[in-house]
Amino acid sequence: MRPLGLTASCLVSSLGAGKRATLAALRAGTSGLAPCRFETVDLPTHVGEVPDLDAWRIEGDLARFDSRNNRLARMALAQDGFAAAVEAAITRHGASRIGVFLGTSTSGILATEQAYRLRDPVTGALPAFHNYAGTQSTFSVADYVMRVFGLSGPALVVSSACASTTKVFATAARMIESGICDAAIVGGADSLCLTTLYGFNALQLLAVDPCRPFAAGRAGISIGEAAGFALLERPGAAAVQLLGVGESSDAHHMSAPHPEGLGAALAMSRALDAAGLRARDIDYINLHGTATLAGDSAEDRAVVSLFGTRTPCNSTKGHTGHTLGASGIVEAVIAELAILGQFRPGSPHTGAPDAAFGCHYVTSACPARLDHVLSNSFGFGGSNASLILGRAA
Amino acid sequence: MSARVWVEAIELLGPGLPDWEAACAVLAGNQPYAPAPVELPVPLRLSPAERRRAIPSVRLALAVAEGAVAKSGHDPASLPAVFAASGADGETIGAVLAALTLPSREVSPTRFHNSVHNAASGYWSLAAGCRAPAASLSAYDASFAAGLLEAGVQAMCGGFPVLLVAYDLPYPEPLHAVRPIGACFGVALVLNPARTDRAIADLRLDMASARPATSCADAGLEQIRRGNPAARALPLLAAIAARATAAIHLDFAAAALEIGVAPC
Repeated sequence: MRPLGLTASCLVSSLGAGKRATLAALRAGTSGLAPCRFETVDLPTHVGEVPDLDAWRIEGDLARFDSRNNRLARMALAQDGFAAAVEAAITRHGASRIGVFLGTSTSGILATEQAYRLRDPVTGALPAFHNYAGTQSTFSVADYVMRVFGLSGPALVVSSACASTTKVFATAARMIESGICDAAIVGGADSLCLTTLYGFNALQLLAVDPCRPFAAGRAGISIGEAAGFALLERPGAAAVQLLGVGESSDAHHMSAPHPEGLGAALAMSRALDAAGLRARDIDYINLHGTATLAGDSAEDRAVVSLFGTRTPCNSTKGHTGHTLGASGIVEAVIAELAILGQFRPGSPHTGAPDAAFGCHYVTSACPARLDHVLSNSFGFGGSNASLILGRAA
Repeated sequence: MSARVWVEAIELLGPGLPDWEAACAVLAGNQPYAPAPVELPVPLRLSPAERRRAIPSVRLALAVAEGAVAKSGHDPASLPAVFAASGADGETIGAVLAALTLPSREVSPTRFHNSVHNAASGYWSLAAGCRAPAASLSAYDASFAAGLLEAGVQAMCGGFPVLLVAYDLPYPEPLHAVRPIGACFGVALVLNPARTDRAIADLRLDMASARPATSCADAGLEQIRRGNPAARALPLLAAIAARATAAIHLDFAAAALEIGVAPC
């Protein structure tokens, strides 16, 4: 594919609001994970919660979009000069030439979870104030973002579980390549809700202690929440570029990865092909690494099959938790920060990597020359995506 | 700039529209429309265990996907796929939401993994043994337009055929009251960026400014179109069935998707 410039980006996660706070936490090795006090949840687990989201309540014309998920999106849009960059892009290209391609897994389902507790005892009806289209609807976050900026290009939400916000980079690249639009806002949001906390608990995939990606003693995931966005255009002055995206399906199982990581390896090799790069050109891999027994093992095999045992890699989920559908944009922005800062993030909580693994897993943040970074996102339904960001020559 | 693709095969399933061949005469206006309940077939390509877990949205999506791919002659394992639905499986989401109101908050593991929006695309890749990319997307009532554009652009950029599957089903109460969807409707198209001897229609896709969406002439079909996001495909399908040359407009975000359609 032809490279695209990351003209602007923004991020909110449990590490903080904005890229400056995120960078400081990555350099210091800080984790955003804390014992779960979310809503009425009573589970022995840690979460990466974004505090004070009530301050980002959505009012006025767009009040129907008020949900935890869209508040997170609103908070992210207010960081890092992102809104001003979008306004400048509208001036350059026109509002109808900018696409909005976002991802989420559970969107604003928390609003419906809460509304279900208030059902009419006789009829079972949901309370009159509940707005499905603005909150729970899968499309809600793109609908909201498009209206915030008054955009009239194509807009859609990819909901391919935890691969969603990596796959949107591929959609955006194709839409720009084909001339359907000139620029695209990609990214998305996923927010804490009972569905994912109790759902992953039912699958026995929630860790009690903070998640420990790629550790021998790893015991499952810690769920986090995040929103982030990137503005993609044909490369101008952007210091970091999107060079390639690769997508694949496992065709193995709905919620368990292919044990040999076949689908994961396919996504990575397709990303390399799209970027016109070889495995040895990759300086750092930000792994999906959610800290499940099977997932980390499959990803290790996939990485070793393509990259051997020398390419430095790790998962930053110990920093942010697994932000599910948002993990792609979170880790794309982390990759961007790593390239700009010429450093490799670390892997808080991991300690010693699993001795059975073959990949070159690094646990501490350190300076590094990074020209090309690959980032992995794999999800339920066997949905896999990998993207490659590079330093502009 | 526009994306250009050729439709190689179509399958659909909706009330009174049991398959593409039977629907053609109705959609072309040569036979009156007669509503009839929809029977969701069991997806035979899945293993017995997966078949038992197949939720209604998966049965609908797989039925039309299998039909279109079989008619196209392509190997099901070879086709990238785009699945478009306005939301996740309603029956599953309703059950999870209800379980979360109980003191135990016990969510069934199967319900949970079936609750993802991409359940149908995941089961399709299992059924087809397909490791090609599969996307699952929504644009609310414009999900068909979004899916068609995504699939068309993917076919054009990749240079290979792409399967598009659009499907939506009514939600159970109390979700139905806040998100009313009419009778279930699914449609699948195989889109080829090259014209082959299997081509039945030539499509040019482009964004256009907002304008009234093309409607169906028949009142019964128009009711289906308005009631179900996937059935927003009906005016396009009617033009293909009638072998018409036409410009079809679908509502899409704050704009419209313009489809220039011509017979092959």
